Amino acid sequence: MSLSTEEVAKVAVLARLRLSPEEIRTFTEQLNAVVNYVDQLQELDTTGVEPLAHGVELRNVFRDDVRGPSLPRDAALANAPQRNRENFLVPAVLD
Amino acid sequence: MNNATATTLLARLNAGEIRSEELVRHCLDRAEALKRLNAFVHLDLERTLDQARAIDAKRAAGEPVGPLAGVPVAIKDVLCVDGEPTTAGSRMLKTFKPPYDATVITKLREAGAILFGKTNMDEFAMGSSTENSAYGPTLNPWDETRIPGGSSGGSAAAVAADLVPISLGTDTGGSIRQPAAVCGIVGLKPTYGRVSRYGMLAFASSLDQIGPFTHDLADAALLLRVISGHDGRDSTSAPEPVPDYVASLDKRPESLRIGVPREFFGEGLDSEVESAVREAIRVYEKAGATIKEVSLPNTKYGIPVYYLVAPAECSSNLSRYDGTIFGHRAEDWSPKHPGEENLHPLVRMMMASRAEGFGAEVKRRIMLGTFALSAGYADQYYNQALKVRRLIRNDVDAAFQEVDFIVGPTTPTPAFRLGERADDPLSMYLCDLYTITANLAGIPAISIPCGFSKENLPIGLQLLAPAFAEEPLLRAARVFERETDWNARRPAVAS
Repeated sequence: MSLSTEEVAKVAVLARLRLSPEEIRTFTEQLNAVVNYVDQLQELDTTGVEPLAHGVELRNVFRDDVRGPSLPRDAALANAPQRNRENFLVPAVLD
Repeated sequence: MNNATATTLLARLNAGEIRSEELVRHCLDRAEALKRLNAFVHLDLERTLDQARAIDAKRAAGEPVGPLAGVPVAIKDVLCVDGEPTTAGSRMLKTFKPPYDATVITKLREAGAILFGKTNMDEFAMGSSTENSAYGPTLNPWDETRIPGGSSGGSAAAVAADLVPISLGTDTGGSIRQPAAVCGIVGLKPTYGRVSRYGMLAFASSLDQIGPFTHDLADAALLLRVISGHDGRDSTSAPEPVPDYVASLDKRPESLRIGVPREFFGEGLDSEVESAVREAIRVYEKAGATIKEVSLPNTKYGIPVYYLVAPAECSSNLSRYDGTIFGHRAEDWSPKHPGEENLHPLVRMMMASRAEGFGAEVKRRIMLGTFALSAGYADQYYNQALKVRRLIRNDVDAAFQEVDFIVGPTTPTPAFRLGERADDPLSMYLCDLYTITANLAGIPAISIPCGFSKENLPIGLQLLAPAFAEEPLLRAARVFERETDWNARRPAVAS
């Protein structure tokens, strides 16, 4: 298959990446090369094959629902790009 | 102190012949003298010396000390160290200081190790050359015009150049074994779940594992023992007992049937690498191993599976870097390109921050993963990749019915030149041809030095074992180490 620049532009918004029209063109070319390469997987018949998500298969792990120590607020806020005393600050979500 | 290993240094530290402070000063001086290698992205002199002085005081007072007491260990910059810069080689995390230690860091502290700086790496562990670091490439100590491998290139170069005796890396598709091979040292990727991933900045969660870089197997056994074990903070860490890898290392494996997969010797394998690996197999044969040809028929699909699964997981994991809670935030997110004026300011803030914070390869993989998971394509790409992943695991399981270990080259070629593959993502991806199988199947694998090319570039031998068989794996590798002295060679820069 072949991806168009419009499709790549759409994926960029889904991926939350601002790309210039020139970057979109470069990525379209490079992604098409990789997609064409991975297309060889289509030649395998995988009917009835169970997908494998982890090499070492795991069962769900439960623990007792006990409250432990958590990160102090100041430590949690310390790396914030913008904050006030208690919160992370971001551009207004609702107008 | 050059040519030392952690094991020999510990003997001298415990005998009182040297102090940790002297050792650490020596390492700091060397790191400064060889700064041009760019192995470290962060080194804090005072904090490093403070740890050494604390251990020296404990020893002097006759207090019990841990199994790595006073030994410097370099840390790949993808592992969280409380209050220390942890950038993952990215501009995105240029100012990030984690508020907690990764579990492996806690274990190193408990063992008395000296946390010696953070090492350079491909951004978010995506790459095979360390050229994708926002902080410039690391140079290969054997030939400074060449790549040290990646993504853990800084950790490998630091050990190869004797800046530190041992270090930690991470391996998602070969990021420990490939740099170990091209830097002439030992690199081990443990079984998925053997080592806790808590506090490791996630790239591809079903593939990532932390493991050691060392000069020899005694050190690999020592460091693996310290970092292994179940951790309640990583639900994928395995509740398996951790054997005493050090104590059993010199015991020959009870059974030494070695499988040589014909698919590891096909097109693309450099002839000098092939001869060195074939010679290594003869060494095993002379040492009494049974050599058997085996087949891993789906090997060639490993790279396409990996380049769907890993980007898919990465696109999800890296969505957390959105300029809100930590990491880089753009200063200007006003509409810049056509169509952006219709997007919400919050979305534009995230898009601008991520565009500025991430480098080209990370963006490429996020785009590829987002595409592979997007509506209409997930079945064709992502789910098909997971099914083929099962076929690859089945191949490995079948081979281990017949043999105890699988042996082959670690990399198709010795170290290539800096810049040689930078503009061609696919050729870079092919570096992982022989290493990816172990990540997809979840099994442990090790790279050990097995020779040199005519240009004096190191060549690595890879051994793979069944899940949780690190103990026999180390013992099988030791059979080779005892018969050869490749691991004793050092680059000129280290003398």
